[in-house]
Amino acid sequence: MNETTFLIFSIIKRALISGTPLLLGTLGEIYTERSGVLNLGIEGMMAIGAVSGFGLTLITKNPWFGLVFAIIFGILLSLIHAFVSITLRGNQTISGLSISMLGLGISGFWGKAYIGTPLKYKFQDFTIPILNKIPFLGELIFIGDPIFYISLILTFILWFILYKTKWGIIIRSCGENPLASDSMGINVYIVRYICVVIGGALAGMAGAYLSLAYASSWIEGMTGGRGWIVIALTIFSLWNPVRALLGAYLFGGIYILQYILQQYYKISPNILLMLPYIGTILVLLLSANETLRKRIGAPKFLGEPYIKEEK
Amino acid sequence: MKNQGIETLEMKGIYKEFPGIVANNFIDFNIKKGEIISLLGENGAGKTTLMNILYGLYRMDKGEIYINNEKVNIKSPKDAINYGIGMVHQHFMLIDNHSVLENISLYLKETPIFFPEKVVEDKILKFFDKYGFNVNYKAKIYELSLGEQQRVEIIKILLGGASLIILDEPTSVLTPKEAKDLFGLLRNLIKEGKSIIFITHKLKEVFEISSKVVVLRKGKKVYEEDIKNTNENVLARYMVEREIKPLIEKKEIKNGEIILSVKDLFVKNDKGRNVVKGVNFLVKKYEIFGIAGVSGNGQKELIEAITGLRKWEKGEIVIFGKNYHKFNSKLFRKLNISHIPEERTKFGVVSNLPIYDNSVLRTYDNHPFYKGLLLRYNTIKDFSKKIVNDYNVMTPSINTKVKLLSGGNIQKFILGREISTKKDLIIAAHPTYGLDISATRYIRDLLIKMRDEGSAILLVSEDLDEILEVSDRFAIMYDGEFISITKPGELSIEEIGLLLGGMKNKEEKIS
Amino acid sequence: MITIEKRKKYSIKENLLIIIISIFLSLFISSLIFSLKGINPFFALYKIIFSSFGSLYGIKETVTKAIPLMLCGIGLSIAFKGKFWNIGAEGQLLTGAVLATWVGLFIGKNLPSIILIPLMFLIGFIGGGLIGLIPAFLKVRFNINEVIITLMLNYIIEQYVQYLVYGPWKGKTQYGFPYTDNLSQNALLPIIKGSRIHYPTLIIAILLSILIFFLIFRTKLGYEIRVIGENPLSAKYAGIDFMKVTLIMMFLSGGIAALAGVGEISGIHKHLTYPSQISSGYGYTAIIVAWLAQLNPLIVILTSLFFGGILVGGDVIQTSFGFPFATINIFNGLMLVFISISYFLIQYKITFKRIEK
Repeated sequence: MNETTFLIFSIIKRALISGTPLLLGTLGEIYTERSGVLNLGIEGMMAIGAVSGFGLTLITKNPWFGLVFAIIFGILLSLIHAFVSITLRGNQTISGLSISMLGLGISGFWGKAYIGTPLKYKFQDFTIPILNKIPFLGELIFIGDPIFYISLILTFILWFILYKTKWGIIIRSCGENPLASDSMGINVYIVRYICVVIGGALAGMAGAYLSLAYASSWIEGMTGGRGWIVIALTIFSLWNPVRALLGAYLFGGIYILQYILQQYYKISPNILLMLPYIGTILVLLLSANETLRKRIGAPKFLGEPYIKEEK
Repeated sequence: MKNQGIETLEMKGIYKEFPGIVANNFIDFNIKKGEIISLLGENGAGKTTLMNILYGLYRMDKGEIYINNEKVNIKSPKDAINYGIGMVHQHFMLIDNHSVLENISLYLKETPIFFPEKVVEDKILKFFDKYGFNVNYKAKIYELSLGEQQRVEIIKILLGGASLIILDEPTSVLTPKEAKDLFGLLRNLIKEGKSIIFITHKLKEVFEISSKVVVLRKGKKVYEEDIKNTNENVLARYMVEREIKPLIEKKEIKNGEIILSVKDLFVKNDKGRNVVKGVNFLVKKYEIFGIAGVSGNGQKELIEAITGLRKWEKGEIVIFGKNYHKFNSKLFRKLNISHIPEERTKFGVVSNLPIYDNSVLRTYDNHPFYKGLLLRYNTIKDFSKKIVNDYNVMTPSINTKVKLLSGGNIQKFILGREISTKKDLIIAAHPTYGLDISATRYIRDLLIKMRDEGSAILLVSEDLDEILEVSDRFAIMYDGEFISITKPGELSIEEIGLLLGGMKNKEEKIS
Repeated sequence: MITIEKRKKYSIKENLLIIIISIFLSLFISSLIFSLKGINPFFALYKIIFSSFGSLYGIKETVTKAIPLMLCGIGLSIAFKGKFWNIGAEGQLLTGAVLATWVGLFIGKNLPSIILIPLMFLIGFIGGGLIGLIPAFLKVRFNINEVIITLMLNYIIEQYVQYLVYGPWKGKTQYGFPYTDNLSQNALLPIIKGSRIHYPTLIIAILLSILIFFLIFRTKLGYEIRVIGENPLSAKYAGIDFMKVTLIMMFLSGGIAALAGVGEISGIHKHLTYPSQISSGYGYTAIIVAWLAQLNPLIVILTSLFFGGILVGGDVIQTSFGFPFATINIFNGLMLVFISISYFLIQYKITFKRIEK
């Protein structure tokens, strides 16, 4: 490999890695929003996933246990949101923000002890035999950490469920028209609870990826706004898991661009660190245009509590 | 219990009360296999309520339902579907952004978890073969015309195994050709041994399709007869019959100047369909001009165009001598029009704000309610007190939030608010809908009083009593057109009934 | 069976009781979480309350911290009243801080106090207002979610502040620390002796809370904001111009939050520095300040004092128990959850019935 190909190689490789937590978070939020619930708590659920994954890995000495606990904690936090926004018909914006605050707060509190602790127990890289021998591509895509592969498989499974199964139709119906769904005998509340929990689980997983694979350490505030970018990516993906793949890796690329530009040009790191956030605003602008044109909008009843009237 | 087909269905003594109104007053209703029964009546007669009870959407207060002579308890649409009852609502229960296949997959219980659409596609194709009609089943619902959407509803219900089909005003969204096709399909279904309940207000259809007719009026069953033994005039009379009250002593109409005139107006609805089709009329000072007709015939869109809330396609509106060819919401806002909107709590008030704030909703930037940037709350509070006193709004105080008032009081309040500042032209849409007798009486008298004092009033109402009692002239609107403009007393009640049911050629177009 | 009904009547007493209970529950649960680290929850609770309200020094610090909270809380009340979810007070505050530094350090450094300080507040206000216009325009014109835009602007502005203090504005007299040079004396706000209370900002904040109360409840603009916030459909029926109202509303909201930043620079820090030092999350905490005050600017005075105390108490337990900065977010998050729950309890009546067969 000469220098340029190596550079391209490492850009793509790192873009895939830094895109993975975004992908996981977005997949979860897609499900949550498809069922009609807006969850602005991703940032907090990711943070608690990151810290609990890290902490439990240190205790259990196995990153897989860490991952499982990250998922559990993500779910616990998401259940608060589900309760307030579905059962109590609360304001989903406020409830989501409270989840973000709570998650960031608990993670900072819990993780204080882990600052500076190196992670000894890591996921073993996973190699796909034969395919990994393909020059360039082999090392790029067919060797990687297991969560990267899990995220790809999940993308496919979640896409499949959403578009090719009756469950998918049920989930989408609850976000598009809860009244009609209800009149066809679907329990809108239960469907929404399940989808919020799926969102929590995936956000927890995304957080665990940050601390266990991406950084292999815990730093306070390590989510760095990724939870909010996920919300924007959900819109950019037009609520489709496969398109989420595109958006996540695009933003992964932006994160990597920061390092590249810093190496080769003399641009202040702080200006470069703005890129993902500026990118998010641009992406929202683009999506606004596209959703208008293609008539693919947010689920019609997104953010509105469903109140069954007694007649 | 499994669905083995409905041989007989009996509803006995169905009683249902909504706050302030008895929607179904001990109604008996029977249907047998192979019958098409038309359920005829004006709006508010209780037809839809009765059917919603049968479909499990509403719970009845009293009464019993028997299927094949066995008592059943229908608690939800799910139960109804299980018994073989299917209903096509007037507002379709379809998910707009989903394809036909997805919608049907959602409805059918037996669809498999994986690739449900494949299985449904096979079923649909078989269905098309059998009944010889077609619909683009891969399209999204919003891409289909309302007629096609209705077909989707019917396919959905039939595939779901329904043996009794309820159709609520099915032809209101159809073109004549589509309606003909629908009737063809219904006849086929009857041959197969299904039974059909057909809710309508259109007399012609009753004779075209049904084997039996049941007429409801004000929550009661007033007539039931085989179609062979009856005729249109009889039905029209039963549908609208009422004690002809002596008309209220109204002062002789004075000849006033023209305030509002509408020429050849075309308006589209939200779905882009023309629902007002070349309407012409004028309203003068000292006059109440009524628009009668069953709602959904274009009244809503007509009013929205006149009040500057909706664009219109073609035609012109002249208000206070000024000619408008094009929609301009800002200009309209400045005009001195009182508007009592159709869905009063949705548009007419901000329920979470107190009465005094609501009293200037459309006039807060008019004199004397503001001074510079400030609102003059003393004036506003005095004004709202005056509304509350003058128009008998029952409320603990003017600081009470509007959402705590009853419907009748909200309406009195809106009416008072609108007409106390802008008297020249009053546009009132269904002003007494859902109100009790005394509030209704009050509001009608008030409209007449305003007319006597020189207002021009445009009154849209489904309530024929109201139109006959209050208006000086009125139009009958049917399918986007005024099929007649007349005066109370000129036409017999029977003739009006026929017109409301669309049974007349358009002759007299403009007065 | 549980039935949920809308309440017909609201009692202020019950209302207040529910909110007080939720404050105590949040405090208690936070303390329970602290106890996971082996700290007696009651001791933590005592520490928080005592350190913020239990001594003169504590009260002075509480008031100091209440100033930015009050300004941000007032700004947010305006936007929230119009159901515009401005989560950008943090960024708007920092914008004010940057512009105050710019005016005080560069363009106006030779002006006398009497002109310079008002100028700093004015420029800060305009800058924060302009930042507020961005999400307002995007929301009304393109229907883009304002929560994300305001948050992204927070991150961008935080980075920009860091860029300034590490780069072009790095002070020559600061021994390599990422600070700008200190403002000269004429750019500094007077303080109450023996405290850090920069009273001119406090006076501005209190005046503004009265003024904005009048704006919301007594002016045409306030009326339009409330109608849009409560029922957009009737706003359309009333013929209200959404674009105009939203832009003005957000200009005010952002501008007032930015005043907090001016006060922090000119009254406390005397130079621009890390964003997290200028604002210990005031913009975010202010969301709860405003929400707990039920978006009433006058009540914001009280709730900002309360949360000023929480921040002071939080600081104390952070230093004495070695908790990280983010700990305060636990309380804030819980507080928001409980406010949501109490709103439900205030609005609905829940009754339990036995099902009769």
